[in-house]
Parts: sequence; structure tokens; C-alpha cells
Amino acid sequence: MDFGLDKKHEMARTLFREFAETEVKPRAQEVDETEEFPADTVAKMAKSGFLGIPVPKEYGGQGCDPLTYVMCVEELSKVCATTGVIVSAHTSLCIDPIMTYGTEEQKQKYVKALATGEKLGAFALTEPGAGTDAQGAQTKAVLDGEEWVLNGSKCFITNGKVADVYIVIAITSITEDKKGRKKKNFSAFIVEKGAPGFSFGTKEKKMGIRGSSTYELIFEDCRIPKDALLGPEGKGFPIAMHTLDGGRIGIAAQALGIAEGALDRAIAYTKERKQFGRSIAAQQNTQFKLADMAARIEAAQLLVYKAAKAKETQKVYSVEAAKAKLFAAETAMAVTTEVVQLFGGYGYIREYDVERMMRDAKITEIYEGTSEVQRMVISGALLK
Amino acid sequence: MKIVVCIKQVPDTKGGVKFNPDGTLDRAAMLAIMNPDDKAGLEAALQIKDATGAEVTVLTMGLPKADDVLREAMAMGADNAILVTDRVLGGADTWATSTTIAGALRNIDYDLIITGRQAIDGDTAQVGPQIAEHLGIPVISYAEDIKVEGDSVIVKRQYEDRYHMIKAKMPCLVTALSELNTPRYMTPGGIFDAYDEKEVTVWGRADLKDVDDSDLGLKGSPTKIAKASDKVRKGAGEKVALDPTESVTYIMDKLKEKHVI
Repeated sequence: MDFGLDKKHEMARTLFREFAETEVKPRAQEVDETEEFPADTVAKMAKSGFLGIPVPKEYGGQGCDPLTYVMCVEELSKVCATTGVIVSAHTSLCIDPIMTYGTEEQKQKYVKALATGEKLGAFALTEPGAGTDAQGAQTKAVLDGEEWVLNGSKCFITNGKVADVYIVIAITSITEDKKGRKKKNFSAFIVEKGAPGFSFGTKEKKMGIRGSSTYELIFEDCRIPKDALLGPEGKGFPIAMHTLDGGRIGIAAQALGIAEGALDRAIAYTKERKQFGRSIAAQQNTQFKLADMAARIEAAQLLVYKAAKAKETQKVYSVEAAKAKLFAAETAMAVTTEVVQLFGGYGYIREYDVERMMRDAKITEIYEGTSEVQRMVISGALLK
Repeated sequence: MKIVVCIKQVPDTKGGVKFNPDGTLDRAAMLAIMNPDDKAGLEAALQIKDATGAEVTVLTMGLPKADDVLREAMAMGADNAILVTDRVLGGADTWATSTTIAGALRNIDYDLIITGRQAIDGDTAQVGPQIAEHLGIPVISYAEDIKVEGDSVIVKRQYEDRYHMIKAKMPCLVTALSELNTPRYMTPGGIFDAYDEKEVTVWGRADLKDVDDSDLGLKGSPTKIAKASDKVRKGAGEKVALDPTESVTYIMDKLKEKHVI
């Protein structure tokens, strides 16, 4: 068992850190304040290959492993959680299902453009009436000759308006089981921006990750080609769940990055800030809090890296992903809250990054499966 | 077209310089980075590669751990890497270093050699021009722009108050300024290739061509360093707001007071 990183992963971390410090950090506060999607940063990330890290080279990617991708989201999120989730949703929720379930034609058509960053991806499962209970979704797709016709709406979609390619989950049939209970059968589709009948609803005004483009997607007799079906018809639900397993590792990395970023700032600030004639870092209360945070963050990092390794080596990694996301998200929330407390009044002021980090942290306990869902996944495996 | 870029692993002096008790640099206490002028030279070479398909080789002389900067250069896009390392080459000054590098370069085909103007740990700016002298090829120093046209390079050479446009036939050597460009980032896939697919060629003393042992390492170095020290930080200075006439009087009085005039 080896807990150390090899040289290439160390160098990748150096790259991501340098990029984050130089290109992302100076824009983070402004992106939060203006709620503007950082298109310029995304273009720079595309140029540096950050939008296709775990994708094989033959599909335009970087040919790296999930761990490298996770480290990228982690380092970006240390300085800007908005930038972290843009990469995570694009890579885990859009590219990954096409790589896993797509035909060769679909991979050639979509993955190459997505992995090079020429196009941006999104994933649409959640609906106004269907969050944790994803089975409650209402969006339907009906085959009409050579086209599928989609009707319904999706909400809270990350990269909502800025994406070019969307994975959309919709009901394609309703069947009855032996006891006469109705069962919705979902299918997954690849929908391109500009498809007739596909439009955007309201932009969500959020507590955190405010530069991320979160929109409602509306499908009104939206017609897409028959071959836009991703994977077998009727298998949309397992495809969505498997996709979210991967996505959760990305969000766990985002949460980990937020926590690490907050701790870095706390260390710097508490050494500088003087109260009662000495730095607050010299007070044992501060020291113990920093120690607790550091230990917890390292535990989160080990879980996140272990989940990334599981994604590389195992077919199913739901439990590893759920544990990583649950623990990293709750660590991010606990650490950022504590760091704001250490900053005192300044921690509550927008000028300081930690206020933003605390707001950003909260979403990691909610999206791509709430902490409660992660507990269901973990306990479900324990009690099987 | 073949381009060789000479790079050096240097301690990062951004956060200040640390010394051993004997006055030599405490390299272990400082982060090792690719020398900024060299990195700009590498970027210039990679831009020529992007435009013309040139083959780019990076070369360094240093400790075995200089392997890191060679891998970094390959992760940015360099095709090949050569590390010249040998105990007998240790302690080299600019003369011994340039002799060594020229000895290595005699084994390779090149059209253009690019070096950084100077390294941030020594600031001599001597190694590039000395290499050219050893190899008997033209040198253009202080390049702030490099273009390739046919079998020539056209270089914008920086001066304090002007610049020269110089055209030289290849093979030749150009020394690059960090102002030349903004070096590209490595790519994640480039990093994986640099470690998994590519090799660093390692050469020792025996691989150097047409060099004398008396010109190598510490004993081949005419430079003797008596003492090294960090820059002394200047005080904050004094600001005064006076009209021009009063200012002249004020300055004159100060200069007299300090016996400058």
C-alpha cells in the first residue's frame, strides 16, 4: 500500500496549482460578485487540455487517469469552486457517459470536440418535481419516425446555457409489473444546443458557485435524431446512476479543494492577525482548530483519491464515490464555517475569500446526490 | 529543422535566497525551477516547432535531479532531452560549463541553439555566448523576438534605449530574454508522456567530444568565488513635496551633508 504520489502526478499537481494561482485565483472574487460565467478561463483550460484529462488520446483527450482529473478539480476548487464544477460537470457528467455507453460514431462525433474543449458538456436529470427521487421525473421522449420528440423541463442544470452537448434523461415507456404497478422506463439522449424545440428557462440566482451557469432547460416538441439515443433504450436510469457515481468523485474533489483552500487562508491569516498582543495562531484554541481541520482534510483526500483509483480499476464504485462525497462535502462545510469563525468579522466580509468559500461549500452537500443519498448508498451496501 | 534549447535547473529566488553557513547557496532549501530566460527560449523553440514542424531537443548539465526540468520541458512539447551529468563536471564556472555543453552539442545535429540570457542563480550571461565561441558559430544575444526565414534567423535584439534587427545564417546561437513570450503551460497528457513514453538520454564525461579534462569541473574553472551574499535591502527612502527651486536646494544640501559633492 502506497500513499505517496508518483512523479508524474506530482508534476500534474504543480501544473494545476500554477494554473489555478495564475489564471483562476485573480478572477475568483469577480466571478462570484458578477455571477458571470468565466468563459475566458474555460478557453485557457481548453488550450491546456484540462477539459479532457481522463479521456483516451484517440478521442482527443489527455490519456491520463481519473486521479489526475480529480487533482485538477481539487486544485482549481482551492481558489475557485465555480471553475472546479465547470470541469467536473463537463468531464464526469457529459464525456464519461458517452465514453462508457456511446457508439463509436457518438464518441467520434462528440467526445473529440468535448475533450479538446471545443465544446462544453452538461447533464440533465433533475426536474422541478424530481430531485433525490429521480424516478419522479416527467420529461418524455417519443419516437416519431426517424426522430425522438422530447417534452418536459429540467432544472438546476450546471453549465446550463453555456454547454453545447447535453445528456438528457427522459421517459420512453411505462410498463406494468406483475402486480400491476406502473414503472417508468427511462432512456438517455445526447441533445445538441440549437435542436428545434430546445430552449432555456430562468437562470438560477444561487448562494454559491455563482459564476457557474445554472439554468432550466425546456423541451417543447424538441426533435432530435433517432441515433441520439445513448446506450440501450430503457436503460437511462442505470446510466444516470452510474454517471452520478463518477460525478460524485468530481464533486468530492471540489469539496476537498474548497476545504484545503480555506485552511490555507486560515493558516496565513491567523499568523498575521494579532489580538491581545500576539498572533491568534499563538493561541491554543486556534492551533487545535487548525489541527482538527488538517486531519479531517487529509482523511477526505484519502477517500477521494481512493474513489478515483476505484473508478480506474473497478466496474462499480458507487460506495467508494458515496463515501468520498459524503465525507469531503461535510468536511468542506465544517472547515469553511470554522475558518470564517477564525477570521471573525473579516470572515463575514465579502472582500475575504473565506466568505465565498463557505457559501460555495454548501452546494457540495446537496448536488449530485445529497449527503442523505450518500448515506443511503453506503448503508444500502452494508445491509445488503 | 533541428533546435537545441539549453536549460538550467535553478533555485527559485522569488521568495528570497537562502545560504549555507559557508556562504554557498542552500539549494536544498529552495524550490528548483526551470530558469525563466531558458523557459522563454524553450517557448520560442516550441513556437517555431508549431509553425514549421522543427524537432526540439532540450539539454542540461546538472545533478541527476535536473531530470525534473527536462521532463517538464518535454511535458511542454520538447521532443528529446539530454542530461549531462558526471561527478568530474561538478563545481563548474561559466567557462567549464560552456566547454562541457559545447562538448555535448558536438554530438548532435542542430540548426539553431537557444539558451537563456542568464540564469537567476548566477546572473553572468556568459554561458550562451561562450558555447557559440567554442562551436565557432555566430551568436545573437538578448533576443526579444525570434523568427525563422529559410536558412536564417531574424532576431530583435534588445538594448536599453533601442533594438537591432539582426539576420544571421544558421547554424547560430541565440540567447533569449524572459520578455520574449509567455511560456505555455505543460499539458496533463504531456506530463504522462514525459514520464511513460519518453526517455532522458544521460551523458557523462566520456560522451563529451573534443574537450580537455583541464577545462572541466572545479579544476577547469578559473573563477574563484570568495563570498556570496544576498542583496541588501534598501530603506524606504524619504519623500518630500517641494517646488522645483526648493527641491534643488534640498537635494544639494543633502548631497553636501553626505559628502557626495
